[in-house]
Amino acid sequence: MKKKLSNVPFNGTEEQKEKLLSFIKDNKDEKGSVIKILQYAQDLYGYLPIEVQEIVADELNMSLEEVYGISTFYAQFSLVPKGKYNISVCLGTACYVKGADKILNKVKSIVGIEPESCTPDGKFSLTACRCIGACGLAPVMTINDEVYGRLKPEDVEGILKKYQ
Amino acid sequence: MEKVNIKINNESFSVQKDLTILQAARKVGIKIPTLCYLKEINEIGACRMCVVEVKGSRNLVASCVTQVSEGMEIFTNTKRVRDSRKTTLELLLSIHDRKCLSCLRNGNCELQALCAEFLIEDDGKYDGEKPGYALDQSSSHLIRDNNKCILCRRCVAACANQHVAVIGANNRGFDTQIGCAFERELNFVPCVSCGQCIVNCPTGALRERDQCDDVLDALDDESKHVIVHTAPSIRVTLGEEFGLPIGTNVKGKMVAALRRLGFAKVFDTDFGADLTIMEEANEFVERLKNKGELPMITSCSPGWVKFCEYYYPEFIKNLSTCKSPQQMISAMIKTFYAKVNNIDPKDIVVVSIMPCTAKKFEITREDQDAAGVSDTDIVLTTRELARLIRRSGINFNELPNEDFDEAMGISTGAGAIFGTTGGVMEAALRTAADMLSGESQANVDYEEIRGQDGFKEAVYNINGIEIRVAVVSGLKNAAKLLDQIKNGEKDYHFIEVMCCPGGCINGGGQPIQPAEKKNFDDIKSIRAKALYDEDKNLPLRKAHESPIIKKVYSEFLEKPGSLIAHKVLHTSYVKRDKY
Repeated sequence: MKKKLSNVPFNGTEEQKEKLLSFIKDNKDEKGSVIKILQYAQDLYGYLPIEVQEIVADELNMSLEEVYGISTFYAQFSLVPKGKYNISVCLGTACYVKGADKILNKVKSIVGIEPESCTPDGKFSLTACRCIGACGLAPVMTINDEVYGRLKPEDVEGILKKYQ
Repeated sequence: MEKVNIKINNESFSVQKDLTILQAARKVGIKIPTLCYLKEINEIGACRMCVVEVKGSRNLVASCVTQVSEGMEIFTNTKRVRDSRKTTLELLLSIHDRKCLSCLRNGNCELQALCAEFLIEDDGKYDGEKPGYALDQSSSHLIRDNNKCILCRRCVAACANQHVAVIGANNRGFDTQIGCAFERELNFVPCVSCGQCIVNCPTGALRERDQCDDVLDALDDESKHVIVHTAPSIRVTLGEEFGLPIGTNVKGKMVAALRRLGFAKVFDTDFGADLTIMEEANEFVERLKNKGELPMITSCSPGWVKFCEYYYPEFIKNLSTCKSPQQMISAMIKTFYAKVNNIDPKDIVVVSIMPCTAKKFEITREDQDAAGVSDTDIVLTTRELARLIRRSGINFNELPNEDFDEAMGISTGAGAIFGTTGGVMEAALRTAADMLSGESQANVDYEEIRGQDGFKEAVYNINGIEIRVAVVSGLKNAAKLLDQIKNGEKDYHFIEVMCCPGGCINGGGQPIQPAEKKNFDDIKSIRAKALYDEDKNLPLRKAHESPIIKKVYSEFLEKPGSLIAHKVLHTSYVKRDKY
């Protein structure tokens, strides 16, 4: 799927930057280290915004586009931050046949964002994820570590209210 | 080189061991079609057009990336191979915007040519979802239409080969598209406008911003005095657009065509090049004598200048302050020529014919307005000029040979060779040598810095002073050179940099030759030779010996480096942020 871009202001800290720079310094000479570095950066910041990719590009003597190309090729990398509450709607086979698409549409209409993006206030992010192994509860949605199963579209509003 | 025995289509051959199947086949006269393959630049085996059967190999192999080996039996023209290539084309067409009739590359498109070759009957055989991309029209020099992109990545490779790499493949699978980081448009990333992406694009996905209509409008406007001047390399490449052999010098016909288009004056940018030499040689001698900033680096190539401003701003102080030949002659037209002929510079439209897309950017730079109005108004590339000539019903090949208009139409061999790598340096040395020694030196041929090598060095002893020079073309070589200077590994007095590999003869505005030609013919050398031949045959070889150069200095510019020369012929640079 085409990667979405962040519309949330970057708020990385100096401390994060120092950690990233020191990790790059230790790994830059290794061949193909860019993926390893991007993984580390994503763990550190939660996503790979332009500010972070510029650091990686400069330090590895690559162009920003080369780094960006890699970050959009691999599914593991995200260009949007996770919100305070990350809503994951499972679109695995079992959930899908039980109507997960309707759950997803309902969530989309309430929080007003598409999957793989974050609300401008940073409160909610939405992920359409693959099977999370709770097929017995299909269709399933998680909000951070909380699991909600056997959902009907009309349940969604009440659940999201708890997080407003 | 060790040889191996192979069979191609049941015929036995002995070929060099290090060749690919594609190269070996070519050597023995067998053509294998390609799309993504660009020799030494893009060897990725992605497009699957060049597939062949190899005995013992279960799958078809990509001949562009497979080396020959002893006993190899290759089949380039079986039903399986033909069917596979045809399917590849049909699949490419399934998402291709097939508006060929209104495409700038109609008749000069590698995809179109292959479709004709393989007799594609149904171009919509596999039609399905189409991505529907918006055009990127943000830049002054080019337009990207990804609806015509076949993802061959030749533009990406050409950009990386220029050490710029602002375009690449983003996302994956069906969503893959060539673009810039964070989906920005080209004008908002550090692109140097060289246009190498355009001349390497097989289809109409990349094209220059065509300004033929602007020129026709100016020519139709009776209140305007429209003047044209043509860069050194145009005369040796324009003929290609009219089916003449590569390397044909069509100076006389080109001038005749421009006159028939209705330009009031047809001048030679070579005069601007001669002026550049006067100013640049003088600047170099001054820097040398007064312990100024050295090495001095040439500034004729606007792609190189922009590259320096973005990527090596610490060398901005080393750039010669001279405007490029295009801007020098245009500035002279709007000041000196306007004064002599009593025309308001506002009523003059200067059109330049350039081998270069970065020139379209250059005229929008600050500090390029000697008469208070833009020095140059419209830049057309060689390709646009050809289009203009065709559209105007001029039968180019049957035109008589005509001469440039006097005044700014007389030039020297020094100006002529500006169009190829090493030429600016050689021209400058011819004049600098005479300036330093105070007498006319017999030697005008600086052979060491000629040729298509991207990285050349030489040491010359001029009047007892040792001058170390370097000549690089292609920004990858420029970056390598500047890094070596920064590390203290190298030290020079004078450096010539040309943005495009081989210099202007291979510029981003030049006629587009298919990859087929580029991969197997040395186009750059053939075009460059035509310029050196012109130089050799001109009566004047040194810029400062030109009577018109002498005249403009005595009547207007006083002397090289004078206050007025600085006002009209020099410029300034800015540091640009990459992000």
